[in-house]
Amino acid sequence: MGFLKSFFRELKYYPSAIVGTLIIVALLGVALYAVIAIPYHRAVYLWRGTSEVWYRNPKMVPPSWVNYFRTKKLPTTIDLDSRKEGEVQRTEKKLGDGKQIELTYEFDYTADEFPPEIVLYFYPTYAAKQPFVSGEWITPDGRKVRLGNFIVTQGYSFHMGQDKDLARRVRRMLHVDIPADIGLLVDPASLPKDTSQPVDHKDLRPLKGHYKLHLSIITFSPQDEVQAELLVYGGVYGIAGTDHLRRDLMVGLLWGTPVAMAFGLISALVIGLATMIIAAIGVWYGGVVDDLIQRITEINMVLPFLPILIMVGIFVSRSLWVIMVVTIALSIFGAGIKSYRAMFLQLRESPYIEAAQAYGAGNSRIIFLYLIPRILPMLIPGFISAIPSFVFLEASLAVLGIGDPVLPTWGKIIQDAQANAALYKGLYYWILEPSVLLMVTGLGFALLGFALDRIFNPRLRQE
Amino acid sequence: MGSAKRFARYLTFKLILLFITTVIGVYITILVANMGGYVDKLRMSQLREEIGMKIMRDPSLRNVPTTQKKKMIEEKVRLEAERLGLDKPFLIRSLYFLRDAMTLNLGRAQFMVSDSGSRQVKAIILERLPPTLLLMGTSFFLIFFLNLFIGLALSRQYGSWLDKIYITMAPLSAAPAWFYGIFLILVFAAWLGWLPFGGMVDAPKPPTAWLYALNVAKHMILPLGAMLLSSHFIGVYGNRTFFLIYSSEDYVDLARAKGLPARMLERRYILRPTLPTIVTNFLLSVITLWMGAIIFETVFNWPGNGRLYYQAIGMKDVPVIVGNTIIYAYLLAISVFLLDIIYALLDPRVRVGSSRQG
Repeated sequence: MGFLKSFFRELKYYPSAIVGTLIIVALLGVALYAVIAIPYHRAVYLWRGTSEVWYRNPKMVPPSWVNYFRTKKLPTTIDLDSRKEGEVQRTEKKLGDGKQIELTYEFDYTADEFPPEIVLYFYPTYAAKQPFVSGEWITPDGRKVRLGNFIVTQGYSFHMGQDKDLARRVRRMLHVDIPADIGLLVDPASLPKDTSQPVDHKDLRPLKGHYKLHLSIITFSPQDEVQAELLVYGGVYGIAGTDHLRRDLMVGLLWGTPVAMAFGLISALVIGLATMIIAAIGVWYGGVVDDLIQRITEINMVLPFLPILIMVGIFVSRSLWVIMVVTIALSIFGAGIKSYRAMFLQLRESPYIEAAQAYGAGNSRIIFLYLIPRILPMLIPGFISAIPSFVFLEASLAVLGIGDPVLPTWGKIIQDAQANAALYKGLYYWILEPSVLLMVTGLGFALLGFALDRIFNPRLRQE
Repeated sequence: MGSAKRFARYLTFKLILLFITTVIGVYITILVANMGGYVDKLRMSQLREEIGMKIMRDPSLRNVPTTQKKKMIEEKVRLEAERLGLDKPFLIRSLYFLRDAMTLNLGRAQFMVSDSGSRQVKAIILERLPPTLLLMGTSFFLIFFLNLFIGLALSRQYGSWLDKIYITMAPLSAAPAWFYGIFLILVFAAWLGWLPFGGMVDAPKPPTAWLYALNVAKHMILPLGAMLLSSHFIGVYGNRTFFLIYSSEDYVDLARAKGLPARMLERRYILRPTLPTIVTNFLLSVITLWMGAIIFETVFNWPGNGRLYYQAIGMKDVPVIVGNTIIYAYLLAISVFLLDIIYALLDPRVRVGSSRQG
């Protein structure tokens, strides 16, 4: 206990160790929170979720807090669903065999930028004939734009930016050629006076105020029912933003933490211990055993580690745990053996080992109870410093596209971002968030490892 | 025994050891690749395709009915498989693969084509080798000498502000080079627009050799920067610490007491005895850096073997993947051998002779 006490007393003098410890504790806390808040199956379901899970989110938008740094505010998503109580005004009356449903969506638009998409999702149930819908868009200054008439089937959605008829009507109203979903919101005063010139989208700004969307739905049987959801997608989302599949990056970032921690900690611990035991056995038995271990280490050094890992990922399994086992198997006979060997060689000659032999201690007793415990403290700095390399190894594999097929990890987020050319498109948040987390993790362990190295090995261990 | 002879003997011994090591490494690679039976399946399907095409297109067999043609194909495939030893047990077959791999007889790619239009894996890989060697070679060279001289300079100014900066920055090396690459691209290419996003040379090639070299150099700034960020500080820190330990040895104190100039002291009494160990440490980092090349080149779009590997993964082009892995085993072995030569040149024990070897 005295050892631990003096150790902690010494730790105080290393601010880097304190920072590192705080980072690690925080990461472990986040990891624990992630596992409890989003159970494994839920996380996998969410991360592999298709459009049904995520369709309400905008595609590839930065986190909400970017608005604090912007003078021109980006919109947040407006979601009005007629299935939910009180969000949409609804009237119904009988009409012939069926009925006429009137839905009125009302919302205030206050942002300085346009939404990326405006979409109407329909949820009809009908017996035989599909319901008929016509809609009208009313701007704050009272202009009315007919959306058009359409019949809705199961799973029908109306994308305002993609409808040709709507685009034509918007063009007729504004006398300029701009996408319909921008035209519906644009402030006419911001349009160029000279309509013969092409429109510079940077000059356009949305008209702030109270918008209305009026849907008039006719069904052909009294049991038929139509619900509709209006989504004016935002330019920002949540704490972390979204990716190309509209997924909330927060899920991936949160769940990436326990995955990275587990991979790094388990790999580093198993490799560190195994390497030490092998080095101790080699030194104690000497001769052929030692030679064999030395030669295996040399072969292992020339093995193309990452390529072999990649091949395992492609040919055998991409599961994180399989990759971890292979990583451990390929790293046990690593460079660490040589440095442990040097330490054990010195230790072997110590009088207390001789004494142990003299009273008749067996080989395994000497190795496990006398040799290894003595240099176990030496293992700790190396163990801590090795964790980041495994965390980054997992990220490297994921960036190469052989990440775990089901689990969300930080590396996979970076890979998605790279694959979707996030840097070229200026979607910096997408790469920065997982990268910063990786960096913080790496730094946390490295800071602590460096400080521990200086505490445990005052002679600045080298060779 | 003469020192040259001893030197040659040492190198031969190392070379043989490395050769055996590489053979085992390549063999393990083959075993891994075959775990899913991919190599075999691949060879058989290539065979079937080749023979099938030949028979179906043979004008002299035009009037033979299809069912009979199929039978002929099957028979030929069986014979050919027998000839190539594909019907033999895996243990024997794996030795054939090993022979092919060691002689760089790497077969034909499934999907990828070299710039010169060849489908030979060897051609595809060798074509990408010069860019990789250029980038990695320059990085290794730069890292080694910068780390050495800055480490030496810092050990002289132990405790100075520069020294403190390096110590503080050392944990930065926890992240690999590709990771810093992403950051550097973000800042200098995407944000500031000063340097290219990646690649080796601009799309219309510069007309003269001089401009071409300049252009390549411009494309190399960010990759080299990323490489330095991830290996420079830790390397300098290690070297500096090492020099510090050695400069407190008794014989250094004695030399100092003799009044030897600082330069000479540094060169003969500190640098000289530490160099073998520094080379060994550098060797270990070179091995890690080679492994990093795959993802590093991918991030920087560098047209070398690393990116080829990545593309081959994307296309699931197995012969290219296996072939490139073997090339990496070779590159590693060559790096180890080169550094062994340097080590042998530096370490007096090798030349003068000692009971310890390796």
